[in-house]
Amino acid sequence: MFGDFDTGVIFDNLHFLVEGMQTTLVLTLIAIGGGLILGTLLALARLSRFRALSFCAGGYVNFFRSMPLILVIFWFYFLVPHVVGRPVGGFYSVLVAFVMFEAAYYCEIMRAGIQSVRKGQIYAGQALGLSYAQNMRYVVLPQAFRNMVPILMTQAIILFQDTSLVYVVGIKDFLVSADLVANRENRILEMFTTVALVYFVICLSGSLLVKRLQRKFAR
Amino acid sequence: MINLKKISKWYGDFQVLDDCSTQVEKGEVVVVCGPSGSGKSTLIKCVNGLEPFQQGEITVDGVSVGGKDTNLSQLRSRIGMVFQNFELFPHISVVDNIKLAQLKVLGRSDDEAHKNAMRLLDRVGLADQADKHPAQLSGGQQQRVAIARALAMDPIAMLFDEPTSALDPEMINEVLDVMVELAKDGMTMMVVTHEMGFARRVANRVIFMDEGRIEEDCTREEFFNTTRGERAQIFLSKILEH
Repeated sequence: MFGDFDTGVIFDNLHFLVEGMQTTLVLTLIAIGGGLILGTLLALARLSRFRALSFCAGGYVNFFRSMPLILVIFWFYFLVPHVVGRPVGGFYSVLVAFVMFEAAYYCEIMRAGIQSVRKGQIYAGQALGLSYAQNMRYVVLPQAFRNMVPILMTQAIILFQDTSLVYVVGIKDFLVSADLVANRENRILEMFTTVALVYFVICLSGSLLVKRLQRKFAR
Repeated sequence: MINLKKISKWYGDFQVLDDCSTQVEKGEVVVVCGPSGSGKSTLIKCVNGLEPFQQGEITVDGVSVGGKDTNLSQLRSRIGMVFQNFELFPHISVVDNIKLAQLKVLGRSDDEAHKNAMRLLDRVGLADQADKHPAQLSGGQQQRVAIARALAMDPIAMLFDEPTSALDPEMINEVLDVMVELAKDGMTMMVVTHEMGFARRVANRVIFMDEGRIEEDCTREEFFNTTRGERAQIFLSKILEH
């Protein structure tokens, strides 16, 4: 079966595949960054004393966590151009979808992180005269973030895998690029084996890093 | 300097503070003692507004703590506070702990904040530990850093909430020594503590609390030399036995 396994096809199309991987990575990194920022703001809103604010944030989180990601991707694909008033291209609509979807998950992680910071730390910041925003920025969030790094990383790995769903709106990420090559060159086995290996290596490295970080922070 | 007028506070139905009134004059050292659960920690946290209270009025340097127009952050920046569990910020170095509020609240330059931090670390005998993280220090050292951190804001008064209760016995004195020196330098201090030795040495007045009420509020001499109320006597005999 593997007798005619042709690795040449990979190297012949390497440039194309690397471009696909770039799309996947850019999407992942921006979704992590944007999701983390929006998620942290949502977490602060959820923990706010102002009922209306925490209610809205809670609604947002529960809503997006109840939606299949693929639906969200589809939905934003049609919604974003409608809101902006002009076509924006699949990539940007997908970016918005991922940031907003991931924010719901990062919100819950950061919320747990903020609650893991001792009340006395907040008192100490307040007693020094730090404002709420300063106390969050310099005292609470750095500690919350540190406590949550392993879980945030795990979520990032899931996100990296989930970006492959962008095939539904025709974006050429790593998987779609490989699929195109596979069909064009009729080398399906080679290409999908390669894709699987690449995903496996990247995600396994990520998981091992998480384990190391967990051990480091557990000390 | 610090004035408490008829402070009452409830957690739900449970009354933690019951009509507490007292004052701390400029340069005065007032020790607050009493059995656990008597409300003394809650009372001192009310002084800089860390705990809200429902009735009464607290003023510090003429500014009302619970007042609607009060800039609470600004008021707190002028009152130093030291906590039972030190509460140094674990993610930044010792010197950065002392610099943070100087930079962000007082707007001092990095250079000025650093010099001030090093001067205070030297004063509490820890200049050589400046670049370590809090977790690398012993409890006593951490608490001395916490005192330096509070002093860096040039406070008009210092609040101590059981500053030695979380310390191993051999570390208590190094912290008390720093506090005694502060007192002798004329710092206005309100100190929740069971360290009666400290009270005997530097307190101008001693307050005894029980079940949310101020039961005794008298000079050091009166407190230690004359017959106290029954509860105070039982409390004193328990902690002075050792």
